[in-house]
Amino acid sequence: MDAGGPRPEAPVPVIQVEHLGKVYNPGTPGEVRALSDVSFRIDGGEFVAIMGPSGSGKSTLMNLIGCLDTPSEGRYLCDGVDVATLDAEQRARLRLAKIGFVFQGFHLLPRMSALENVMLPLVYAGVPRAQREPIARQALADVGLADRAGHRPTELSGGQQQRVAIARALINAPPVLLADEPTGALDSRTGEEILALFERLRDAGHTVVLITHEAGVAAHADRTLTIRDGRLVEGGAEVQP
Amino acid sequence: MKHTDILGMALFALRGNWLRSILTALGVIIGIAAVIVMVSVGQGTQAELDRIMASLGSNRLEVFPGGGRGGGVRMAAGSLPSLTTGDMEAIRDEIPEVQYVAANVRGGGQVVFAERNWSTSWQGVSEDFMTVNDWRLDEGEGFTPRDYGTAGKSVVLGATVRRELFGEGEAVGATVRIAQVPMTVVGVLAAKGQTGWGGDADDVVMVPLDTARRRLLGAGNPAAAAAAATAARPAALMPTDRVNQITVTVARAEDLEFVQEEITTLLRQRHRIQPGAEDDFSVRNLSQMVATRTQTTRLMSLLLGAVASISLLVGGIGIMNIMLVSVTERIREIGLRMAVGGGPSSVRRQFLAEAMIISLGGGAIGIAIGIAGALATARFTDLPVVLDHNVILMATAFSVATGLFFGYYPARKASRLDPIEALRM
Repeated sequence: MDAGGPRPEAPVPVIQVEHLGKVYNPGTPGEVRALSDVSFRIDGGEFVAIMGPSGSGKSTLMNLIGCLDTPSEGRYLCDGVDVATLDAEQRARLRLAKIGFVFQGFHLLPRMSALENVMLPLVYAGVPRAQREPIARQALADVGLADRAGHRPTELSGGQQQRVAIARALINAPPVLLADEPTGALDSRTGEEILALFERLRDAGHTVVLITHEAGVAAHADRTLTIRDGRLVEGGAEVQP
Repeated sequence: MKHTDILGMALFALRGNWLRSILTALGVIIGIAAVIVMVSVGQGTQAELDRIMASLGSNRLEVFPGGGRGGGVRMAAGSLPSLTTGDMEAIRDEIPEVQYVAANVRGGGQVVFAERNWSTSWQGVSEDFMTVNDWRLDEGEGFTPRDYGTAGKSVVLGATVRRELFGEGEAVGATVRIAQVPMTVVGVLAAKGQTGWGGDADDVVMVPLDTARRRLLGAGNPAAAAAAATAARPAALMPTDRVNQITVTVARAEDLEFVQEEITTLLRQRHRIQPGAEDDFSVRNLSQMVATRTQTTRLMSLLLGAVASISLLVGGIGIMNIMLVSVTERIREIGLRMAVGGGPSSVRRQFLAEAMIISLGGGAIGIAIGIAGALATARFTDLPVVLDHNVILMATAFSVATGLFFGYYPARKASRLDPIEALRM
């Protein structure tokens, strides 16, 4: 559980993006350039917000960082692994090991209890059945939901559901916690609680990447990368060619 | 990812929509059950025919009187009294390839013992008849050569007749009356069960050929004489040594067709039939007849099997249909599973496992129902049923194949979903 916890003082890049570009439907009339020449790095233990209005390319960037998609140009090293050359199967294994997703819509499976939802990545990781439950209970306790383990998502409030999702994202101790508009479906007070939880996780040593279009949400992060029209306009890093 | 986890996830998903899962499996259940019942009946019929074939042997010829065409009207075989004992002796003496020749005459009548009586058919048989037709004796010694030579008043009872007249009592040595003629029981035939055509083979009594001619058919019997007079058949066409049928066996089965031709030639000579004229008798190769019936049965089984297979196919299509619906419905779940680390292969395996559980579960239930159906068919109908373990193996293989074949496409479709698209749903 704590393998993704405190990291060494020397900054280690868990996300390294170099001249990244993404073109959809290349060579067709429907060709769309979503991202151009984006470069930055995020080190272990950072809490970084990627901010931009809708249509700015931040969703594309999130899909790339989350290893859900492969870049058209440039290079992305996810915890040292070049994603461009991986097929769908290998990217799935990389997500399992490196990325914990938190979605705006929670994406909990409705027929499973909170505990079972949290255990799901352990199933794919091949953790023996007997070991899964204690790990998942600990993860739920870490997000303050120890007493809600047996509840179905429909029996939980939005904030609680999102915390279950965060517990699920953390359960494999991934180097990167990738949150896509995690407060978008929550009222502002609950949203603040979730953001506070991210801050606590950062303090515990986790790397948190937050994608949002709200400056107020981004303000909770230590650093903000602003993206507009597919280009990084603020917070990028110079990368040696 | 472990197989038990795949199985667990698949079962979990199926339980979530259990009614739909069961209804989907119903197609396979009905298909498999139908295959088992149909194939069992088909195999039963086949086995029955094989048994008849074996009991007839592949070396028999039967000669019937008649069968010629008169004025374009095909006369029924046996309708002309053209065969005689002389024909039988000629066949025996002049065709060396012949092994046995037997002749018989047939009639029907009341057999009476004490206060019991039973209506049956009798056969007057020549010496080799029992051998040729594979009749064995359960009780008694049977006819002596003297019985055959002197028209002795001896009778051999079929098992059914024996049961009806004597029950558990002693039959051999008793005197029964057939058409008023008292006769001594000298034997009881071993039971043969059903005839090839569905009748009771054991509902018969046998007497020596001459006994039947003189005492049951002949002038000595007023009842029979009266019957013959009313039969509106000119007496000139009824030689006194006529027989209803001559049965021939050959020593080697490969001589059968040759002997068939020899008999035809011989009898045409003896009956003085002009070249070009129709035979007044027919020579039948019984194994050919059975072979024809076997072919018909095989075709029937094939058709039954085809019908059952189509219902299984429909069941399979049902699985595919529901699995495709399921993939569409659960697209968010698939996206999430992919995001948290489920690769295409694990998604494919999960959906394939769901299809396999439906088809295998349906197959298992279908096998149970099919076996029950086959047993019920055997019990409550006259259809012969053979329940072969190969049918069960085949049904299992069918249901596995159905699940794999119709489950693969939906599973592949699920595994090829783009997680980004799926998560957006």
